[in-house]
Amino acid sequence: MSPLLLGVEEEGQSRVSSPSVECISQNGLGIREWNYLGLSDFCSVDSSGVPDDNGNNLNLKATELRLGLPGSQSPERETEHCFLNSGKLDEKTLFPLLPSKDGICSSSQKSVVTGNKRGFSEVKGTIYTEKKWMGHGAVPDSQSLQPVSHGKYSVAQASVKKDGPANLIQEQPCTSNGTKVNRTDISNNSSAPTANRAQVVGWPPIRSFRTKTLTTSSKNNDEVDGKPGPGTLFVKVSMDGAPYLRKVDLRMYSTYQELSSALEKMFSCFTLGQCGAHGTPGKESLSESKLKDLLHGSEYVLTYEDKDGDWMLVGDVPWEMFIETCRRLKIMKSADAIGLGK
Amino acid sequence: MNYFPDEVVEHVFDFITSHKDRNSVSLVCKSWYKIERYSRQRVFIGNCYSITPQRLIARFPGLKSLTLKGKPHFADFNLVPHDWGGFVDPWIKALAKSRIGLEELRLKRMVVSDDSLELLSKSFPNFKSLVLVSCEGFTTDGVAAIAANCRFLRELDLQENEVEDHRGHWLSCFPESCTSLVSLNFACLKGEINLASLERLVARSPNLKSLRLNRVVPLNTLQNLLMRAPQLVDLGIGSYVDDPSSEVFSKLKAVIQLCNSIRSLSGFLEVAPCCMSAIYPICENLTFLNLSYAPGLQGNDLTKLVQHCRKLQRLWILDCIGDKGLGVVASTCKELQELRVFPSDPFDAGNAAVTEEGLVLISAGCPKLNSLLYFCHQMTNAALITVAKNCTNFIRFRLCILDPVKADPVTNQPLDEGFGAIVRSNKSLKRLSLSGLLTDQVFLYIGMYAKKLEMLSIAFAGDSNKGMLYVLNGCKKLRKLEIRDCPFGDVALLEDMGKYETMRSLWMSSCEVTHGACKTLAKKMPSLNVEIINESEQLEFSLDDRLLVDKMYLYRTLVGHRKDKPEYVLLL
Repeated sequence: MSPLLLGVEEEGQSRVSSPSVECISQNGLGIREWNYLGLSDFCSVDSSGVPDDNGNNLNLKATELRLGLPGSQSPERETEHCFLNSGKLDEKTLFPLLPSKDGICSSSQKSVVTGNKRGFSEVKGTIYTEKKWMGHGAVPDSQSLQPVSHGKYSVAQASVKKDGPANLIQEQPCTSNGTKVNRTDISNNSSAPTANRAQVVGWPPIRSFRTKTLTTSSKNNDEVDGKPGPGTLFVKVSMDGAPYLRKVDLRMYSTYQELSSALEKMFSCFTLGQCGAHGTPGKESLSESKLKDLLHGSEYVLTYEDKDGDWMLVGDVPWEMFIETCRRLKIMKSADAIGLGK
Repeated sequence: MNYFPDEVVEHVFDFITSHKDRNSVSLVCKSWYKIERYSRQRVFIGNCYSITPQRLIARFPGLKSLTLKGKPHFADFNLVPHDWGGFVDPWIKALAKSRIGLEELRLKRMVVSDDSLELLSKSFPNFKSLVLVSCEGFTTDGVAAIAANCRFLRELDLQENEVEDHRGHWLSCFPESCTSLVSLNFACLKGEINLASLERLVARSPNLKSLRLNRVVPLNTLQNLLMRAPQLVDLGIGSYVDDPSSEVFSKLKAVIQLCNSIRSLSGFLEVAPCCMSAIYPICENLTFLNLSYAPGLQGNDLTKLVQHCRKLQRLWILDCIGDKGLGVVASTCKELQELRVFPSDPFDAGNAAVTEEGLVLISAGCPKLNSLLYFCHQMTNAALITVAKNCTNFIRFRLCILDPVKADPVTNQPLDEGFGAIVRSNKSLKRLSLSGLLTDQVFLYIGMYAKKLEMLSIAFAGDSNKGMLYVLNGCKKLRKLEIRDCPFGDVALLEDMGKYETMRSLWMSSCEVTHGACKTLAKKMPSLNVEIINESEQLEFSLDDRLLVDKMYLYRTLVGHRKDKPEYVLLL
C-alpha cells in the first residue's frame, strides 16, 4: 500500500489540478494537448512520418485518404453560422472506419514502424461540438479537440477556420499519426448545426445487435446497409473515367440537391483533370461551378442501380423511396445514358 | 478428514450450489476433490479457451449443465474481427462422443453452426435447455433441428443473436408430442413464422411460463396466445399495433386482465402508443419492464406507463424518457434495483435526452438501486458525488457519457472526483465502466477503494502508465480488465506479470503497448495466451518489436495455444 500512498503525496499536487494546464498549445485557441510520452511539445512527438505542410490545412499527407479538394466551399452551407465546419471540411466522411475491413486506413498507419506510432501527442477532446456548449462561454479545452487515437478513426480533414471561435475543432499540424475522428456534418441543417457525433469504432459501447434493431425499428427500413454503423447507408459512387470509386452515406442528405452538390465536390477533381492538389479558393469556385455546369448541363448524368439491378435516372422518385432502393450510384456521360430516358 | 461415508459428504455438497463454493470445496483435500467432481452437475467456463472439452469431460463425468463464453466482451462493439474464434463445435462434438448426459447448454458470444445445433439435438436424449446470448453463425434451420429432435425440451431462449432467418418453418418442427415447453424466446428472429403453429404450440404447453415473441407476431395472435396461456410469468410482445377501437383490441384488453401472473414484460418492437393503456392493469405486478427495444414509445408514453409500476425492480428503458420521466420513476418505483437507460439516438448530439439530473433523481428516490447502466450526454462531479451519497449498494455501475472524453460541463474538470466518490462509498462494487474526461487520479481512487472490483472497462482515459498500475496493484479481486484508447504501455503491462494469472483476461486496444513487450510477457508467462490481433493488410508477422500493437487480448489457460486461430491473430 505504501507505494500507492507515496504516489498520492507526490502526485497529488500536480495531478489533481487539471493536467490540461500543463501543456496548452501555443495557438491560444484553448486547445489542450495531451502528450502521453511526456514530451511537452506536441510537435516533437511526431515521428509517425506524417510531415506537416505549413500553410496547408491537411494533416494527413496520405493522398489516398484525402477527402477532396481543400479549400472547396460548400455552396449550401451557411458558413457564418456554422462554426463547426470551415469550408474545408464539408466533405462527408467517406471513410467511416469499419471494424475489420478498413484496410486502407489502418494499413497506412501501420506501415509506420516506430514506437511512437500513436504518439499520443494526442489531442483529447470532444468529437463533436454542440451548440449548447457554445453558450457556456469558457468551454473546456476538451470541447474543441478531436481525440487523436490511432486506429480506426475515419480520416477526415480536420481543418478549421483560423479565425473562428474558440470552439472550433482545431487542426493539428503535427498530429502524431494523423488519425482524426471523423466528424460528419449534416449539411442540411438550419442555422443550428446539430453536429453528428463522429463515428468512432465501437463507441458508444452498445451491442451491435441493439443498434441494428433500433435502426430497423425506427427507420422502418428493411435494408440497412449498416455494416459501417447504424443509421448509415453507404453506397459506391463511380464515375466514368475516374480511376477509383468513392462512397457516400445517403443518410447524410435529405434531398437530391444535397447529394448532387456533395458528388460535385467529390468528383470535381476528376472532371477537370486536376487531381485536387492544393487548389486555391479562387480556382475551386471556378472548378466547382464548372463542374456544376457539367453535371447539371449536358455532359454527365447521375444514375443509380436499384434493388432489381436496373440502372435508373436519379431524381424521379421521392427521396425516401430513392434511398431505400438505391444500391449504387454512377455518374455517366450523357451520351451513355440515353437509354435511361428523360 | 472424512468422518462420514462419501455418500453423506456428497449429500452435503448438494446444498452447495454456487460455482465459487464448489470450486473451493474441491480444493480442500483429495477425497473432497473426488467426491465433488463426481457429484458436480453444473459447470461454468468463462473463457472457452482456458480449458479443452476433453479435460472437462474427464473431470466431471456427471456433467448436466454447461455454460460457455467465447469472445471477449469488446466483441459486442465490433472491436473483435469476424472469425476470431469462440466456436462451440468442438465442444459439442466432444460431448457427443462422450457419455455425458448433457441437459443444458448456455452460450454467450460464441459461434454456433447449424451442424452443431443438429448434432446437439440428436446426441443428448434428455436435453432440456438451450440458451444462446449474443451468438452468431446459425440459421433458423439449426433452431428447427432443436425443435424437432429434443423431445423433452423445456427452454429455447435466443437472446440478441445474429440469426440468419430462413423464414418459417422452424416453429412447425416442434412435434405434436412436445408439451414440455416452459420458456420460448425468439424475439431476435427477424423472419416470418407460422402463426397457427405458434398458437397450437402454446395451447399444448401447459407449463409455459415465459414467451417472448418477435416482431412479426401481430396483436390478434397475441390475444389468442394470451387466452391460451394466462399463466405466463414473462411476456415479450412482438408487434403491438392496432386500432384501439377495434374488436380485437377490446378482446385483448379483456384477456390481459386475466394474466395476473405476468411479472416481466418486454418487447414492443413495433408499437402504437395509443394501445398502451391495455397494459396498465398488469403493470401493478411487474417486477421487470424492458422497453429498450421500443423506440415507438415517446417520453410521455413511457412516463404514463411507469406510473403504474409500483413494484418494479428492474427497468430497461430508452433515454427518450428524459430526466423528468426518470423523476417519475424515482417517485414511483421504490423497489427499483436495476436501471438501464439506453440511447435512442447514439450518434446524434441533438437533444440531450437524459443528463446527470435524471440520475440524481433516481439515486434519491430509489434506495435499493444496486445495478446501473446509464448512457447520457453529460455528467458532473457534483451529480456523481450526490449519487454516491444516496446509493451505497452498487454492485454494477456503468456510466457511458456519449462523448467519450467529455469533462464536467459546469467546472471543466475531469470526472475523477465523481467516480472516486462512487467507488469510495460503494464497497461492494463488482463491475465498473468509466467514461468522460478522466486522468490517472481516478485510477488511484479505484485502486484504493474498489477492493471487490471484478470487472473494469476503460476507454479514452488516463494520462500515463501509473493509471493502469494503480488498478493492477490495488484491485485484488480483478478478473477482467478491458482497456481501449488509453495511454498505457509496456511499463504498466510488464510490471506485475503474475497478476494476469489471477485474472480471467486482459484486453488492450489502441494503447501504447509494443510488440516486444507482448513477446516478453508471453515468454515469461507460459500459462497465458497472448494474442495479437492484427487486421492490417500486411500479414507478415516479422514485426519490429517497437511497433505498437493495435489489439492485444491475453487470458490464462491450462491448455496452451488454441488451434483454431484465424490468420490475423498472432499467438506469441
